[in-house]
Amino acid sequence: MKAESTDRENNNDFNLTTSQVKLKINGNCLQLNVLPWVSLLDAIRDHCNLTGTKKGCDHGQCGACTVICDGNRILSCLTLAVMKNKSEITTIEGIADGDELHPLQKAFIKHDAFQCGYCTPGQICSAIAMLKEGKANTREEIKEQMSGNLCRCGANTNIIDAIIEIKNKGNYE
Amino acid sequence: MKTSKQIGKPVSRLEGNLKVTGAAKYAADYNESDLVHGYIVNSTITKGKIIAIDESSARKISGVIEIYSHTNRSKLPWFDILYTDMDAPPGTPFKPLYNNQVLYNGQPIALVVAECFETSRYAASLLKITYEEETFETELMMRLAAARNPKKGMATSIKPLPPSPTGNFEEAYEQADAKYEGEFFHGAEHHNPLELFATTTIFEGDGKLTVYDKTQGTNNCQIYIANVFGLHFKDVRVLSPFVGGGFGSGLRPQYQLFLCVMASLELKRNVRVTMDRAQMFTFGHRPQTIQRTKFGASADGIVTAIHHSAIAETSHFEDYTEVVVNWANMLYPAKNTLLDYKLVPLDLFTPMDMRAPGGSTGLHAIEATMDALSYELNIDPLALRLLNYSERDVSADKPYSSKELKACYLQGAEKFGWSDRNPEPRSTKRGNRLVGTGMSTGIWDVIALPAKAKAKIDREGKVKVTSAVTDIGTGTKTIMTQIAAETLGISISDVTFAYGDSKMPLAPIQGGSYTTGVIGSAVKAVCTALKKKIFRQAKKMKHSAFKKVKFKDVVFEDGKIFLPNKPNSAVSIKSVVIDNEEKVIKTSKTNIPNLLKIKQYTRAAHSAAFVEVEVDEELGVINVTRAVTAVAAGKIINPKTARSQILGGMIWGISKALREETLTDHHLGKYMNTNLGEYHIPVHADIHELDVLFVEENDEIINELGSKGVGEIGLASMAPAIANAIFHATGKRINKFPIHFDALL
Repeated sequence: MKAESTDRENNNDFNLTTSQVKLKINGNCLQLNVLPWVSLLDAIRDHCNLTGTKKGCDHGQCGACTVICDGNRILSCLTLAVMKNKSEITTIEGIADGDELHPLQKAFIKHDAFQCGYCTPGQICSAIAMLKEGKANTREEIKEQMSGNLCRCGANTNIIDAIIEIKNKGNYE
Repeated sequence: MKTSKQIGKPVSRLEGNLKVTGAAKYAADYNESDLVHGYIVNSTITKGKIIAIDESSARKISGVIEIYSHTNRSKLPWFDILYTDMDAPPGTPFKPLYNNQVLYNGQPIALVVAECFETSRYAASLLKITYEEETFETELMMRLAAARNPKKGMATSIKPLPPSPTGNFEEAYEQADAKYEGEFFHGAEHHNPLELFATTTIFEGDGKLTVYDKTQGTNNCQIYIANVFGLHFKDVRVLSPFVGGGFGSGLRPQYQLFLCVMASLELKRNVRVTMDRAQMFTFGHRPQTIQRTKFGASADGIVTAIHHSAIAETSHFEDYTEVVVNWANMLYPAKNTLLDYKLVPLDLFTPMDMRAPGGSTGLHAIEATMDALSYELNIDPLALRLLNYSERDVSADKPYSSKELKACYLQGAEKFGWSDRNPEPRSTKRGNRLVGTGMSTGIWDVIALPAKAKAKIDREGKVKVTSAVTDIGTGTKTIMTQIAAETLGISISDVTFAYGDSKMPLAPIQGGSYTTGVIGSAVKAVCTALKKKIFRQAKKMKHSAFKKVKFKDVVFEDGKIFLPNKPNSAVSIKSVVIDNEEKVIKTSKTNIPNLLKIKQYTRAAHSAAFVEVEVDEELGVINVTRAVTAVAAGKIINPKTARSQILGGMIWGISKALREETLTDHHLGKYMNTNLGEYHIPVHADIHELDVLFVEENDEIINELGSKGVGEIGLASMAPAIANAIFHATGKRINKFPIHFDALL
């Protein structure tokens, strides 16, 4: 006989209270009441109903949840919503200008830079912020800087081709 | 613009806009109102019984709605047949929460349903489960003596067991001038599509359910749910319009579907159940397989003797099989063969088809053995393949329906620059790195199955074609649209292909590289039927120029019907529909392959991969610096999406040869690296110059399109070519995949 037990005894007094979090997401000001254990990813997906941002591992290992927060790419699964009060966030739904796709979105379609499309929101958000970081100048450097975003379908070369095209055109602002 | 040439055009994915804007919705993206969340609890032992589940702490958590286990699950049928899905191997299908038996580590044993996701996850962590453990075995190498023949069933009719021995292998091998004997091994691998398995069930009332599921077969899941829960088929609607990668993992209904639907029916509420990444390692996988080869050849390079045996794991409840050892004699016409395939049941979940199942396993052994033989014979590896080239499948004594493998060899070699190669291993250095090149053959069979499709055209001239098939990222929507547009002679923008919905016409599960051929043929057939119907209507029109004309004598092009020699006979198909009193013209068609005809041939796609690697011998680091794969897969419907499929397969080959492996702690019977940080797949920085070329191949046998499918063939040849290139670079032949730096130090 073997008993599997958890360390979490005495949780009778378990009681969490919600916090108010103000976020500006894709230009819209939102006020959320979330429990402190809600990740930014789940807040975006379930509380803001912006399901374009994807959960691939919930561990910061795949990059599918990448969003742009105050100009920087972050892994929204490793971020609690309450940590980002008063932040400005861009998700994949906010990358295009209305119906006009962002040049990188167009380049992704042109270069067939996705197959199943599940990693795509994270790849695009990551690449846009990465280009603004200005650290990557060569193909090798771009590949290195994009390596936090996994693609299981194997669209890797097409993704990098798309990013290079808009980097070379300089129209990624 | 002529509309007759839609097939063969590099059309960008038609769902591209939805995928780059985040608008494409996957199974966990349906935020229905009143949605509750289920979190799965998995067994932490490998074999035994659940003695008790203490739910007291979990039930005290505010927001917990119900906890399901074998003790309080819904009443379920006990007939195995009701749990049998389209991809079930012979045996007894796994029944979630059926009883207190634990059959493998990670088996789902409870579901905690709560008002929000976080609460369900936390409460799930509070369950205290008492087990009675039994001894188990999960290591293939420890149980080789238990290897036995697989059970026969439906699956083995599609995946044939090895052919009987031919000639006298032992004698021929004994007399051979050059020989190689190898032992090959790879451990378990998990599909790991990036999308987590998820189901959102909408409880519609009146016994009706709408289920958004991550699957490669909407009808497969519909039938499974209806059978298991005793619902009418028509009351269960399974939708899967976007699938975040499959690679075989969605060929069977996975347990989150069962749990989600059960909770929804019990609670009469909308429920979502999503797996976490560790749970993605608790169902099917590519099985650990050990292979042995013995190939013998005459001094002039003719392979005379082929022995290839494989022993693979399966579960104790189902006999999962793959075609591993049948390929060598399909490629190389040796007269003396001894092929053997056996299974060892272990205390693991049943393995499952994973991209190029069996083929990628077997070709590793076959093509590395051929490579080794080439060095024994002092014959160039490509020249050895050409010396043993066969236009006929000797193993089945049938001709190939088409086989342009020679063109793959020659065009691939040309593009790669194979002739520049110094045959000597360890002969080339770049800086402090050894450089090697290797090549391999790939083969994958072409499967024909029946499928149905519907088509209708409205008064605007817009055509809608439907099939229940999914698009797992292969480009199905786009190429089906192209096939429909070309068949009807209209523009792609006038066609909508709707799919991923079990309400639509029945489709087989999406796998085996057969969707293009199977669904594509059904789309072509239904569009041809629609043309005939439109034509019959056109004949009825006042002043019709077609009154005494036969269907075969008219042309459909640019949205018009006309007699080729009388351009002024043209009538737009739109006007025919407007003339029709019923407003739309519609039809449906089931395409049934002509098995009597196609069974006279061996049907296969082929490829040849050429790879360059760099090996840093001091650090053992291996890089695939460039690769070319040449593919003969019949008609390529869309060279853009097909190229991406091959690139994806090549990257899977890099992953298989150099990266991915599920490591097992056999003392615990448990997988150890169940996350994407430790289950390594290539990242962008690992991928360098990759090139794809398609050779011309005309096939009038396989299906109405002459198209063979490209999902697996890119992987089949890639991994062995890498192993062969590593040998050329280092002089070390490593037969265990993945090849890690420690094997080279």
